[in-house]
Amino acid sequence: MTEQAIVETAHSSDANPVGEARSLGADARRALARNPLFWISATMIFIFVLMAIWPSLFTNTDPTEAVLSQARERPNSEAWFGRDIQGYDIYARVIYGARASILVGVFTTLFTTTIGAALGITAAYFGGWTDSLISRVTDIFFAIPLLLGAILFMSAFPSSNDPYFVVVFKVVAAISLLGWPALTRLMRSSVMQVLPNDYVQAARALGASPWRIIRSHVIPNSLGPIIVVATINLGAYIALEATLSFLGIGLQPPVISWGVSINDAIVGLRTTPHMLFFPSLFLSLTVLAFIMLGDAVRDAYDPKTR
Amino acid sequence: MSATTVDTPQEKRGSGSKSKYVPQDGCLLEVDDLYVEFHTEEGVAKAINGVSFDLSQGETLAILGESGSGKSVTAQAIMGILDMPPAKIPSGQVRYCGRDLLTMDPNERRHTRGPEISMIFQDALSALNPVFPVGWQIAEMFRQHRGMNKSDALERAVGLMERVSIPAARERVKAYPHQFSGGMRQRIMIAMAIALDPAVLIADEPTTALDVTVQAQIMQLLADLQQERQMGLILITHDLGVVADVADRACVMYAGRLVEKSEILDLYAAPAHPYTRGLIDSIPRVDQKGQTLAAIGGLPPNLTRIPPGCPFHPRCYLARDICSGERPELRELVPGRFAACHFSEEVLGA
Repeated sequence: MTEQAIVETAHSSDANPVGEARSLGADARRALARNPLFWISATMIFIFVLMAIWPSLFTNTDPTEAVLSQARERPNSEAWFGRDIQGYDIYARVIYGARASILVGVFTTLFTTTIGAALGITAAYFGGWTDSLISRVTDIFFAIPLLLGAILFMSAFPSSNDPYFVVVFKVVAAISLLGWPALTRLMRSSVMQVLPNDYVQAARALGASPWRIIRSHVIPNSLGPIIVVATINLGAYIALEATLSFLGIGLQPPVISWGVSINDAIVGLRTTPHMLFFPSLFLSLTVLAFIMLGDAVRDAYDPKTR
Repeated sequence: MSATTVDTPQEKRGSGSKSKYVPQDGCLLEVDDLYVEFHTEEGVAKAINGVSFDLSQGETLAILGESGSGKSVTAQAIMGILDMPPAKIPSGQVRYCGRDLLTMDPNERRHTRGPEISMIFQDALSALNPVFPVGWQIAEMFRQHRGMNKSDALERAVGLMERVSIPAARERVKAYPHQFSGGMRQRIMIAMAIALDPAVLIADEPTTALDVTVQAQIMQLLADLQQERQMGLILITHDLGVVADVADRACVMYAGRLVEKSEILDLYAAPAHPYTRGLIDSIPRVDQKGQTLAAIGGLPPNLTRIPPGCPFHPRCYLARDICSGERPELRELVPGRFAACHFSEEVLGA
């Protein structure tokens, strides 16, 4: 494998003979471009994001148009995914639901990962009382059950007549507030594994500043686990949003989200299984797409897997 | 002075008064009565107990000793990369060109690492960052300390890789550490360490992780670079065989102390300390084929409980009553030869 890699390296450098400066990022982009997994997941995510931004590109049906006479209709040529108990077109609701679900999933992941990574790196790198302080605060937040905490948060800031984005933001805030400790711990432990390596010592011996050590040596070598966990969490956050909706404190009708749709389906599990199937399918595909993307990115940033 | 392809005139060492560090009477580095302790749960491990030596321009000093004798800790203390805590330096000085590094402002000291004092590590695979191409890592030195742009820095990296005899350097500059063999990785590490033309280079067991055939090449490379750039080179090793040809002087360490300090050839010809003698006798020799290899019995002492008197006395073939009661100081036997043993004359005469 190594030999092949060397041949490949030698070969690819033939293409640009003079020393063109290539960094980890440039190499990673190259590796990504060659990875079919990346293109598949990127295409899926692109479609979902498009769905979230311009749902009207995908359907002309109004998702709030209830045709009660056709309620519970199975998938047919007119309503591709069938209709639910209210007579809503499930296809239209799945398309329009993408926005809230993806907003919640992506932003919660973004916030928890950023907070978690920053605190984890700080704690592990500086150690001593900084580490103790951050770790204990993390422990306190870790002790609060995520669901219970989110219920508390949502009841403390009830959102009856708030505009759409405010409601979504509240859900994001509630989950982020309680979701970061797991990522802080993960990042802290993976940084602590990187720090004793000789290359960190060597960097110090060659005069690197603390910031440069963190940026060039610690972060690139400790990012693998958190990327994987963050992408898996993304799905979990969307599911959690669904749970909150189910409990009547998350996103509420008239907001359309996959979580809301899945919860609506519970009442007709046996009579109208398509009500559950389609929103769940889209939720699963989104999670799958992000997990595949996470895998591809992690591999791209690890030279040994190229 | 180093006239390699990678140097531009304005960056040469000694080109006028640009460097604020000027060797005094040719003396680059002085370690003066240095102590290092590690505060652990089992107690205080006294890793270094009053070590003094100096290093001149163009000189190669070998620091010899077995594992746990304090060789690497000495190097780390000089470099200032000890983790404090648990390490502590209760007293001593490390003077570089007359300036004490230990009391220097941390930021100022950081700027001495790389351009003034630099270091090579034992295991080059773990000492190179696995996620960056080697050329990028060498180039980083120029970008960081000299503010060069990417392509100039990479060009210099190629030059350095050619200087340390990496075949097809221009193509290999984009390869990652794991794509190189052990010897080649050590060459890359050396290239990084000499990138900024340091005045002092510390090599901590530079050949230990390598094949015997490659060891000789790496030692030769270090010797050549040292000649070419007139660096002060500190070679830390437990392998007396590899330094015989390249070192000028040697310090032998045991339990955090210097037990012998002398010209390397004198040391090999007639050791003045029983420990040095034991080390030399334990080198396999072609002319003593078929005989049992002499070994020093026992283990080096636990540094939290160093024996009273001479720390070596429990393992010494010469040990007498005085050895367990009174610690011999390092004394000058003949000009230029120091040993810390009550019976050095006897050892020398033997």
